[in-house]
Amino acid sequence: MTMSGKPLLTVEDLRVTFPTRTGDVQAVRGVSFALGRERLGIVGESGSGKSQTGRAIMGLTPGHAKISARKLAFGDRDLLRMRASERRHLRGKKVAMILQDPKYSLNPVMTIGRQIVETLKTHERISTSAAKARALAMLEAVQINDPERVFSLYPHEVSGGMGQRAMIAMMLVCGPELLIADEPTSALDVTVQLEVLDILDRLVADRGMGLIFISHDLRLVSSFCDRVIVMYAGRIVEELPAANLADAQHPYTRGLLNCLPTIGSDRHPLPVLDRKPEWAL
Amino acid sequence: MTSALSIRDMVVIYDEFTALDHVSFDIGAGESFGIVGESGSGKSTLLRAVSGLASFDQGTLTVNGHSYSGRKRDKEFYRTVQMVFQDPYGSLHPRQTVDRLLLEPLLIHGFTDIETRINRALDEVGLGSGFRFRYSHQLSGGQRQRIAIARALILEPKILLLDEPTSALDASIQAEILNLLEQARRDRNLTFVMVSHDLGVISHMCERLAVMKNGKVVETVPRKALENREFSADYTRQLLVASEGFRRG
Repeated sequence: MTMSGKPLLTVEDLRVTFPTRTGDVQAVRGVSFALGRERLGIVGESGSGKSQTGRAIMGLTPGHAKISARKLAFGDRDLLRMRASERRHLRGKKVAMILQDPKYSLNPVMTIGRQIVETLKTHERISTSAAKARALAMLEAVQINDPERVFSLYPHEVSGGMGQRAMIAMMLVCGPELLIADEPTSALDVTVQLEVLDILDRLVADRGMGLIFISHDLRLVSSFCDRVIVMYAGRIVEELPAANLADAQHPYTRGLLNCLPTIGSDRHPLPVLDRKPEWAL
Repeated sequence: MTSALSIRDMVVIYDEFTALDHVSFDIGAGESFGIVGESGSGKSTLLRAVSGLASFDQGTLTVNGHSYSGRKRDKEFYRTVQMVFQDPYGSLHPRQTVDRLLLEPLLIHGFTDIETRINRALDEVGLGSGFRFRYSHQLSGGQRQRIAIARALILEPKILLLDEPTSALDASIQAEILNLLEQARRDRNLTFVMVSHDLGVISHMCERLAVMKNGKVVETVPRKALENREFSADYTRQLLVASEGFRRG
């Protein structure tokens, strides 16, 4: 998929810095990309700055951290100069985020249905009965067979896969234009992972959303996305079309691909990543 | 092949729930045996029941010719069987230095050459004596898992139980830890029982594997069967398809 017209999201030279007792820690160091209505994967290991990039776009960076960017814009609206109230209006309505583990990211003392209705009522003038109907329809869209029953359940009463579907329903019910999914299936069993990805894939395609898929799993991301950004130590080291993953040039990307044990390949010992200091420059 | 570890009809019941339902294995000395399954399949319960962290309600466990039943294990058992856990952040005492962590098993089992053993254990996992007086919060995830392996190996066990030893680690660190485990197994002729949800890891590390579901063993197959897709259970095929990643269909 190529970019047509104005990008949905523009990120230029994004930096996120955390002040600590021992000096500043730069989690994100000059990340730039533009996103259209496409699926973009951001891959990296822990500490690479992939999640902080997503959080900065969403506006969820902790208050003590410093964010700077030459440009951080959603459409033509400048996210950095925006008032907090405007940002709140955008968050959940136009930009939504799916987090890793439904056990921790759903409200444990509210039923799933009430949480979805709450999202709707925050962003739209809608009656309670209309909101409930929309919530039920959305639960059905994420392939929950018995939406009425799940609507009135608490998060601890459902499985991980069901919880993650409920979270997807909650995030998509207001019809966002941009969805950020931060490790959306890492907490799930492998067979459930595919079901959830399948649902996500269909909804993103049907609604023409832009998607940023953040994950540590290079193969998974490349099978799901159109384009992949590889991050290391807060910077983008490589960007490539997902289909051309085998042609990756950067030694880090190649190393990551290489060090995975696979069925049928007999490599003992496994090749390990030889981290070069210049990658982090 | 003499079996190092033999499990016969092991049953674990929590209240009404049967977590393990008549599970039987024979694992040969020096063999590496894998167990795959999803959460709730009973794979961790099995490892905990074998290690003595949990008791089992029925069945027998034979280790190197000694039979054990239920909960009671002697010191000899714990010297023979050691375990490495999934989460290196949760399995090391936060207020003990590496030195203290490695000292404890040596004291319990009455070893005297403590200095040399601790230094050798640290060298063996590739950390060196510079790490001896650090706390676990001063270590990275991979380094912590190396300490956990050193703690298991320091008693010179014969059998190592590995419960998802790399699933909390980054892919590049996973490769290092898997190589370390293979090296240790070669050097000491260890028997491995390794639990993982990752078929790639299991087929890399193990010669034979069992697929578990709902507390039962669905089937036991050699590694070759995964490569050639020679297995009978539908569930094994599902796991294999899932491990190959997402396909737009």
